[in-house]
Amino acid sequence: MGSVLAAAHAGGGGTAEAVVFWILAPIALIAALAMVTSRNAVHAALFLIADFFCLAVMYLLLDAQFLFAVQIIVYTGAIMVLFLFVLMLVGVDRSDSLVETLRGQRPAAVLLGLAFAALLGAGVGPAIWDLPSRGVAEANGNGGNVLGIARLLFTDYVFAFEVTSALLIVAAVGAMVLAHKERTGPRRTQRELSMRRFAGGHVTPEPGPGVYATADDANEPVAVATDSRDSGSYNMGDE
Amino acid sequence: MTLNPAYYLFLSGALFSIGAVGFLLRRNAIVAFMCVELMLNASNLALVTFSRINGTLDGQIMAFFVMVVAAAEVVVGLAIIVTIFRTRQSASVDDANLLKW
Repeated sequence: MGSVLAAAHAGGGGTAEAVVFWILAPIALIAALAMVTSRNAVHAALFLIADFFCLAVMYLLLDAQFLFAVQIIVYTGAIMVLFLFVLMLVGVDRSDSLVETLRGQRPAAVLLGLAFAALLGAGVGPAIWDLPSRGVAEANGNGGNVLGIARLLFTDYVFAFEVTSALLIVAAVGAMVLAHKERTGPRRTQRELSMRRFAGGHVTPEPGPGVYATADDANEPVAVATDSRDSGSYNMGDE
Repeated sequence: MTLNPAYYLFLSGALFSIGAVGFLLRRNAIVAFMCVELMLNASNLALVTFSRINGTLDGQIMAFFVMVVAAAEVVVGLAIIVTIFRTRQSASVDDANLLKW
């Protein structure tokens, strides 16, 4: 990584940059494809995290050290944790519905994506092929990338930066409003909950998943399924 | 041997296309949302690359603002998904058809 950083600081790239790019670019593409095709939503999230890490290292190659840190902290750290959190809250649903609400939408979508990629490659590609790369070493000035970005952010872009704070506050309040659940009845006390529990069938909690129970009565001991000892040994801690 | 910066832009375009196709294909709202994130990241890569090509930091600043907007968008979007899931018991985009005529 030291040589990569040195190459990035030189601004002109170098062999190290090319090597790292050609290792990371296929990984990023494969991870993106795997994210789109994986059935399990958690796997999709993990592939997306791999993709974000590849992009973070590419920011490092492109002499954007500040965005490298922000990418890892904000994207892989905060946003993807939020994704996984909601995924667990909603429940990992393996079944992607195969019902076609619009006929021929899936082939049309793939065709559209390929056409868009071809358009970018054939239409924009020749225009960007021979662009000279100036490098941001001069724009960074003395003090490095973080100072250069801070200088721009708090002078030319200070208004946009201030508006960003309003955006973040609105987003936070909006999320609270959306996720808030109105209580329709009065709050049940512990005493009422306890009385309801004893009035119902189960005084003890229901047996959890993985528990081998023939009865869920209160006075019936529970055998655990992973218990390898012979029959009659219950999970009561007696030896 | 220096790397042609156009390769970064091609990678960015490929990632954006994959994200777009995924958004159109997937029915799980959360996975569709992840595809939007992939598209935003692809555009960020293009912005940072153009920043290097032009020799100014404005592209990196734009990428930073895109990240901020993406964070706000994720917060609100996931809250909406949770709310829809609470009322319809499903995270599939096909089931949220109450506003359909």
